[in-house]
Amino acid sequence: MAIKGNLHDFTLTQLLNLINLAQKTGTLVVEGSNEAIEVFFTDGKLAYAQTGQEDNSLVGILHKSQLLSSAQFRGIKANVNGMSDKELGLLLINANYFSQQDILLSLQNHFVDVLNRLFTWMEGFFQFETDVSPPEDKITVRVNLENIILEGSRQIRELEHLEEEIPSLEIGVKFVDRPGANVANLKLSTEEWRVIPYIDPKNTLRQIAKVTELTDIEIRQVIYSLVQAGIVEMVRSISHQGTPPSPRLPDHIVKGDKEEGKSLIFRIIDRIRSL
Amino acid sequence: MQTLKMVVTGPFNAGKTEFIQSVSEIDVVSTERRISSEIERIKETTTVAMDFGRITIDNEMALYLFGTPGQKRFDFMWEILSEGMLGFVVIVDSTRPETFREARKILETFRAYAPTPYVVAANKQDCDDAWETDDMRIALRLSHEIKILDCVAMSKDSVKTVLLELLYSILAELEAVDLQIA
Ligand SMILES: Nc1nc2c(ncn2[C@@H]2O[C@H](COP(=O)(O)OP(=O)(O)O)[C@@H](O)[C@H]2O)c(=O)[nH]1
Ligand SMILES: [Mg+2]
Repeated sequence: MAIKGNLHDFTLTQLLNLINLAQKTGTLVVEGSNEAIEVFFTDGKLAYAQTGQEDNSLVGILHKSQLLSSAQFRGIKANVNGMSDKELGLLLINANYFSQQDILLSLQNHFVDVLNRLFTWMEGFFQFETDVSPPEDKITVRVNLENIILEGSRQIRELEHLEEEIPSLEIGVKFVDRPGANVANLKLSTEEWRVIPYIDPKNTLRQIAKVTELTDIEIRQVIYSLVQAGIVEMVRSISHQGTPPSPRLPDHIVKGDKEEGKSLIFRIIDRIRSL
Repeated sequence: MQTLKMVVTGPFNAGKTEFIQSVSEIDVVSTERRISSEIERIKETTTVAMDFGRITIDNEMALYLFGTPGQKRFDFMWEILSEGMLGFVVIVDSTRPETFREARKILETFRAYAPTPYVVAANKQDCDDAWETDDMRIALRLSHEIKILDCVAMSKDSVKTVLLELLYSILAELEAVDLQIA
């Protein structure tokens, strides 16, 4: 019998609990707004997962987890035409490229990643089909669901918390006038660095997320941590609807309005002279 | 508050952090990021320092100084930082000619990302073995319209001079833009 529904009504946590407790074997297919994810379970344990969009081949996964360089990836890919993941895995192990452990661990991480992604979906049709197994040629793993469920609900709580802290992406952000003393020990992540150049009340968070290619959740996380670090604060955006984030160079300089541009530069010159 | 941005770049150890620290009113925020290089087979991570400092201009305006390493593999950082900047300073260690080639590459790359004015600061001029700027101009193959300035990054006055020269270049560029439009 198939279990069907929408994540909106029956959450992923509930679903995974069910699969775990009933030690189910089968396939869970979830269709999101622009992606579909398929997860396979054996006796209530995660066995395999794949997405409709990405490279789900073993080489692709090893490359993504940085076990293969881009050159190796291309080289292997060109040479293994038609070889199944299982065959390729054996080949790589026999050629001493990797240990079996390496391969299983990297697959396991990948499958867990794919499954975790579902925790951020608020909507999505799902269907669980009992006794459908992963494709024959795929290497499978066995991962207990307990930790995944725990970690996932933590993620959901964080998301809810972030949505409370930053209810709207239509707000702007600016650098604080007096950064706190703790900024000296700050360590920024790559995502945070990506956002920094766009910190300007003229840009809404939504616009910043768009140019920096961050998801709604990621931009919330970044802004929240920059706010917590005392570097930026949230302000009402002075952005005009629809205009793209403007560079932080003042308009009159970009557009070559000479007098205004010059007066602005003179202000900076005066200030620096007085330092 | 309007925020403006200048970028300070140059090879490792050239004096970027020192330079920003000398004029920033806040302690320079040095950040470390872990970057795993694509090329390496093994997940080798490198720690990279980035700095940012600030000078409040007046009630309405603040100037941010961003320090960024110049190595090729941080290209993506330059692209990000060059977005909307007023201009940039390339700091070169005048006592280490072996870094001139790299400085030159950094200069070209940054210039490609951001066609904004820049000056070159020939740093560590207080050291006995510092090259003279005239010689460095040739070694760096700088054309005559690019300013190369004596610099001692620990000295506030020296750093001020470099920033002022950059601002004068920005002014000159503004005039030029206007001429083209007219
Ligand atoms: N003598 C001298 N040493 C300097 C000068 N500028 C920087 N240094 C020193 O050079 C080293 C590297 O400077 P730092 O600012 O950390 O370089 P960065 O890697 O470019 O940020 C430090 O030990 C500084 O104290 C200078 O003008 N003169
Ligand atoms: Mg430094």
